[in-house]
Amino acid sequence: MNAMRLWLAGLVSPTPGRHLLRARWGTVERLLWVLLPVAVFVFFPGHLLLATQIAIACVFALSLDLVLGYAGIVTLGHAASFGLGAYTAGLLAVHGWTEPFSGLVAAALVAAVVGGLTACLLVRLGDLSRLMVTMGIGLMLFEAANKAASITGGLDGLSGMQMGRVLGLFEFDVAGQVGYWYSVGVLLVVFLFLRQLVASPFGLSLRAIHQCVGRAPSLGMPVGARLVAAYTLGAALAGVAGALLAQTTQFVGLDSLGFNRSADVLVMLMLGGAGRLYGALFGSALFMLAHDLLASLNPVYWQFWIGIMLVALVVFARGGLTAWYARLRQTIRTHRSLHP
Amino acid sequence: MEQLIGVLFDGVAYGSLLFLVSVGLSVTLGLMNFVHLAHGVFAMLGGYLMVRSMALWGLSYWEALPLAFVGMAVLGAALERLLYRHFYKAGPLDQTLLCIGIILIAMASATYVWGPQQQSVMLPDRLRGNAELLGLSLGRLRLFVVAVVALITLALAYLIERTRFGAQVRAAVDNRDAAAGLGIGVDGLFTLCFALGTGLAGLGGALAADVLGLDPSFPIKYMVYFLLVVAVGGAGTIKGPLIAGLLLGVCDVAGKYYVPEASAFAIYLMMVVLLIAFPAGLYGRRA
Repeated sequence: MNAMRLWLAGLVSPTPGRHLLRARWGTVERLLWVLLPVAVFVFFPGHLLLATQIAIACVFALSLDLVLGYAGIVTLGHAASFGLGAYTAGLLAVHGWTEPFSGLVAAALVAAVVGGLTACLLVRLGDLSRLMVTMGIGLMLFEAANKAASITGGLDGLSGMQMGRVLGLFEFDVAGQVGYWYSVGVLLVVFLFLRQLVASPFGLSLRAIHQCVGRAPSLGMPVGARLVAAYTLGAALAGVAGALLAQTTQFVGLDSLGFNRSADVLVMLMLGGAGRLYGALFGSALFMLAHDLLASLNPVYWQFWIGIMLVALVVFARGGLTAWYARLRQTIRTHRSLHP
Repeated sequence: MEQLIGVLFDGVAYGSLLFLVSVGLSVTLGLMNFVHLAHGVFAMLGGYLMVRSMALWGLSYWEALPLAFVGMAVLGAALERLLYRHFYKAGPLDQTLLCIGIILIAMASATYVWGPQQQSVMLPDRLRGNAELLGLSLGRLRLFVVAVVALITLALAYLIERTRFGAQVRAAVDNRDAAAGLGIGVDGLFTLCFALGTGLAGLGGALAADVLGLDPSFPIKYMVYFLLVVAVGGAGTIKGPLIAGLLLGVCDVAGKYYVPEASAFAIYLMMVVLLIAFPAGLYGRRA
């Protein structure tokens, strides 16, 4: 097994074993994960709701990163899984099932079932058709939720849910302190899981398929099965993100299924850089902060700046800011080695 | 019976507008492999150009329509040279992001400059009301739209099938590298085709201003329809999008008229099913 891991790692990177090293935690990384949430909690107590939104966006972007960044399945309908998760958790809570964690699991399961079915359709298609089919399925679910107003609340949204205590101890409060730690905790678990996953043989095989789909089968990789598995898993995690939003805000709007949400998460991921977990985290944090700032400056025209950001991104920093940073570091290193 | 014909006719007029706007999209996709999601932006800007030039400069409807075509063709050519050109080799994802960015910028700018409200068009008297034709009473504007689109389709078919330019386009769609190797100036061809496509989109948007409505959300509201026409019709042809556009127009109008609850859902379902059943489109020139 170990030999195969090394061999696969060599397949996808010029220096053998580089990806395996990446699975090890650095000191900065550990400090970041401990200090940042605490610092936000201590120094920005008035912005906990925004911080919760950012944590949820991070989970959502991470799920897309698995699907798009690692498995290379392009999608314009990732909000379908998000919205399914949100409505599942919301409906459970409205109808009396108030325990939060089991709500997350139920949301993940529902999103995974629908995602798995979608994935079976997607694997046969080319990139362009994938974009359109995922967008079409997302729009279909949006319309369905819109029409089934008796169940989902339609345009008014789903409200009136009463959440139980987290771990049976902490009740969701108005200031959002419990919601914040709950979301950050789930984000950390999702991140740890994905970190292990992308460094595992499964994750490496996804990269190999992404880089050369023609060569992967001749190395004995079941391409279709791997892609379906990755998409299903990504859908389940997106469902978790949706459920988090439903539980912490105790409201599910129709926009949780909307095309804008699919486009936004794509922008977040591409902004940070697809195919890197920190790209997803960095991009969603930056996007949410920019959104908050621009929308408070001018609620009508903030989309203009998001648009400018996108065009600048694909023109100047293709691959996202983390890739741009990696290139910059590489350039500096080369420069130093040439001019010591 | 009369009602059914009325619905059919409305559907055909609507479908021919969809075709007019989307045909350029089909060409850019077939020729350059470029997913130009922002095609609706040019249709919207064409509509605004017509409405504002009539209001500001006192142009007549008949002068403003060609202006919308020319204006959008020039803008399209400029953007192709400056921006789009660098994205032909990029993956569909980068192209999609670029286009979403352009759509967002265009929508916010249109809201800023012209406001969020629907624009109304001053139609000339000749296009108002209904006309009696073969014992039927049909809207004059819609008759005009169908006639214009029919003429343009014939002209396009002639251009693509019979002229030297058309032969070059077909060659480049089939194999860009081989066409370039035979001495066809593929770069110039791309710019011309792109300009033609955006020009037609501008004209379509101008004609559609009264039929589909014109407001800053136009590019995103009809994006699915334009994509659907191309995806179903197949990239790089004229016949495919024409049939797909008419089919979609009739289905959509009939659906909204007879089953108002299910209309949008049915359109999206149709799109997904057709895409899965015919991944290369009904008349795709290539897989």
